[in-house]
Amino acid sequence: MSRGRTWFEALAGATLDGEPASVLCADGTVGDERTRFLTVVPNAEAKFTRARGGELGLEEGWTLARHVREAVAVDDDGDRRALVAVVDVPGQPYGHREELLGLHLALAAAVDAYATARLAGHPVVALAVGQAISGAFLAHGMQANRILALEDPGVTVQVMSKRSTARVTRRSVDELDKIAEEVPATAYDVASFARLGALHRLIEGVDAAEPDAEHVETVRDALAEAITSARHDDSTDLSGRLASPEARRHRSASLRVRERLAEEWTG
Amino acid sequence: METLNFDYPASQPVPRRAYVGVVGSGDLEVLLEPSPDQRAHVTVRTSADGFGEVWEAVLDRFFARNDLAAAVEINDSGATPGTVVLRLAQAVEESRS
Amino acid sequence: MTVSVRPKTRFTELSARERAAALLDSGTFRELIGPFERLESPHLEPQGVVPACDDGVVVARGDIGDQRAVVLAIEGLFQGGGIGEVSGAKIAGALELALRDAERGHPVRPVLLLETGGIRLQEANLGLLAIAEIHAAIVALRSHVPVVGVVAGMVGCFGGMAIAAGLCSHLVMTREGRLGLNGPQVIEQEAGVAELDSEDRRLVWETIGGDQRVATGMADALVEDDVAAIAGAVRIAFETAVPAEHRSAQVGFYEARLAGIDASEPLDGPALRTLWRDEGVGR
Repeated sequence: MSRGRTWFEALAGATLDGEPASVLCADGTVGDERTRFLTVVPNAEAKFTRARGGELGLEEGWTLARHVREAVAVDDDGDRRALVAVVDVPGQPYGHREELLGLHLALAAAVDAYATARLAGHPVVALAVGQAISGAFLAHGMQANRILALEDPGVTVQVMSKRSTARVTRRSVDELDKIAEEVPATAYDVASFARLGALHRLIEGVDAAEPDAEHVETVRDALAEAITSARHDDSTDLSGRLASPEARRHRSASLRVRERLAEEWTG
Repeated sequence: METLNFDYPASQPVPRRAYVGVVGSGDLEVLLEPSPDQRAHVTVRTSADGFGEVWEAVLDRFFARNDLAAAVEINDSGATPGTVVLRLAQAVEESRS
Repeated sequence: MTVSVRPKTRFTELSARERAAALLDSGTFRELIGPFERLESPHLEPQGVVPACDDGVVVARGDIGDQRAVVLAIEGLFQGGGIGEVSGAKIAGALELALRDAERGHPVRPVLLLETGGIRLQEANLGLLAIAEIHAAIVALRSHVPVVGVVAGMVGCFGGMAIAAGLCSHLVMTREGRLGLNGPQVIEQEAGVAELDSEDRRLVWETIGGDQRVATGMADALVEDDVAAIAGAVRIAFETAVPAEHRSAQVGFYEARLAGIDASEPLDGPALRTLWRDEGVGR
């Protein structure tokens, strides 16, 4: 069973049988917080055949957008529920049909929805329980107020497979591994990603593939803290990612650029 | 990638700084600024290793023909000597315009 | 620094800096963090890759149609226009400042010149983080002022920046421009040549080229590869009001479009145009 489904069912306490079957969405709670859980899972019967392995494809992008926008619309006049994106995506599908039908736009739809929700005041939390790859992660998770991840070898953040990266950059996989030691941004393991300062919490001691009840409680508590802290943020933007000590150390150029731009903005 | 440095005696000041080119395949960018002393200082970062002698020959010739007290920075992505000389000449021209 | 451009020039022959200057009202071009600041990527030299002094992105302030503007121009010739830490921060940071101004009642017209393969692989997750920040800034900014993207070619617009294009209020393309998530070569490598022959130019452009994208409603204006024409199209884009519903928010519309696709039947660019035209969508 996919980790996305495992964690979705454990946290949401349900599986919603919706259309398409590759996107799971259910409303549950985290502590006192009304929370909509969302994840993408493999679907052997998926309409678009290149998106049957849990990839975030055409249907998945628009469906995520629909579920998120529905929560935003319904909560318009009251409490803004939390949104938890359970992330376990091997990437986006490679297909002629996908490009023809606007895969870039389907992913933009999900980005748009999550960003819109965040700007409207919904605490958006991403929980990486497996792979978090490239465009799929940009669309489902990267617009969150808070990103959490399980500390587990199966939890990876990357932009392209090592094999493909090696081919495109004309280096051997061994060379890439050596570079990853010097440039943590190119490493895939979640601890290296954490060093970049955008991760709110790296949750240790949890079995990412087969969690027991205690592991689920640990994660639930972490989600609760993330939601509460997001609600107390001064702003609904992503600036917090650059405020962490790790960001000051490992994304210092990002801060320097912003400083210089601000200094030079009005001529 | 290699970093190479070259130094030449010079007397003519650089009227104004100049920037030309692009770090694209087979091309280079040149930053040219006034030198703090009566010398031309050139730093080359090049993607193609082992061409030190070619760079030396090209730059020796260029700065023998162009008396310019300039600090020059080159970021090169495999340009031919002809392209290097072209970009340097463009930079010099821009510094005079 | 003055940047002058001859009239009647092909836009795609210009460098990023020249393109930015060409879109701004004459004499108003002012570059931020220019070449001589040497704010380059700290990550490339350690990997034996030659950096560019501006990391391949030009941030240019100026006016468009007498209104304050900022143009973010990606240099496609440097590392395929790939987005790294510094180049991504230049784009995100400028959009964030434009947003700050807009929130204070002084909107700045943002233009993105998208000549990019997506994330720069040598900087991987730093590029990923930067692109997420670009996405966030576009969504926030476009409720105040149209965010205009231009995909002119020769590199096209792919990866995480194609998602950014999808978020734009208004997208200008040339025939030469291509807009897609995964590049044709990557698709061929991953899925095989039967899935997509990346050397079949007609097929590629019929799938993701500017003409196709505009005809199917995924881009707004198809313009000649000409400086004056593109500058004009950008000005017009700003004179059009912000769309009531951005393309990336049209969930019902696109879900209906996809529902009408029979995935068991072959489908190509021309057939899709006919299908969506018959359904009363696109042009």
